[in-house]
Amino acid sequence: MPIKVRIPTPLQKLTNGKPEVECSAKNVAEMVDVLEKDYPGMKDRLSEGGKVRRFINIYVNDEDIRFMNKEDTALKDGDSISIVPAIAGGR
Amino acid sequence: MEFTEDQILRYSRHILLPEVGGEGQEKLLNAKVVLVGAGGLGSPVGYYLAAAGVGTIGVIDNDRVEISNLQRQIAHNTKRLGVLKAESAKETFETLNHDVNVVMHKERLSSANIKGIIKDYDIVVDGSDNFPTRYLVNDACVMLKKTLISAAVFRFEGQVMSIYPGQGPCYRCLFEVPPPAGMVPSCQEAGILGVVTGVIGTLQATEVVKAILGIGEPLRGKLLLWNALDMSFRTVKVPRNKECPVCGEKPTITELIDYEQFCSMSH
Repeated sequence: MPIKVRIPTPLQKLTNGKPEVECSAKNVAEMVDVLEKDYPGMKDRLSEGGKVRRFINIYVNDEDIRFMNKEDTALKDGDSISIVPAIAGGR
Repeated sequence: MEFTEDQILRYSRHILLPEVGGEGQEKLLNAKVVLVGAGGLGSPVGYYLAAAGVGTIGVIDNDRVEISNLQRQIAHNTKRLGVLKAESAKETFETLNHDVNVVMHKERLSSANIKGIIKDYDIVVDGSDNFPTRYLVNDACVMLKKTLISAAVFRFEGQVMSIYPGQGPCYRCLFEVPPPAGMVPSCQEAGILGVVTGVIGTLQATEVVKAILGIGEPLRGKLLLWNALDMSFRTVKVPRNKECPVCGEKPTITELIDYEQFCSMSH
């Protein structure tokens, strides 16, 4: 069973509008690389210099990777990943 | 406090709830809540708080009603085009319920005025439309230890989190710094399904009412994510960040910051 990745609305342009994609990766850094291969442009939107951008959080199941092993956080089949960017609209 | 006969009838469905009762209704009538923005989120929040009998509702907004607002900003209407939103919201909320006093703050928030405005309120509701204001509101609430019910929307989705300074994470624990200019499209560029602001705003209002009544479990340490298209509600954990620049162990932000208005719109 592959890993499921929830893609936030602002990044769905890159996934042809798909809100969820699947991939296989052993950790978060590899997942970003795999996503980049499948959806070019993703890596730059998600990370800078190998680190996840500070206004984007990545959750493995419901845990924030910043409080686990950051980009080295291990992934396993069946994990559900959420990419959550800061949004600001309110009006 | 003695309720009038009208009040007993008006709030009867609240008073019937054991978790609310007359005591809870009194708390609502004595509560002071301030809305940052009377737009897509502030409209439903203010509407429901007024209906609930929240006695004092502050409205911080210096914009005027435009026709493009009316697809979602239900506190306003076609007759009020060009009217200040704070005035329009006051009229709407006070017409719904005469028990409510709406205090207008017809100014744009900045590091210079925010503390003076929010200090008199118990709860702050962020429904602003830009990052500089969001970070300003968060930092001021942390500094003054004000409960902050924060929410944001984008196209078909929204986020809600309740911030209890000292007892849980703040917005900077979640996202340490605002994104750089141009990285995130604004509502004006991106569009917003009108009803999304209604759903997220009423979730915010629910958190406000729970906070006033002291019932249930707040969205403290949790971020609620809602998507209209697949109708999914998800929550993720938001731990307190020991290294948070404003509420962490060694805060580096001790004064309010006016970030550049890089993503403001409709101003």
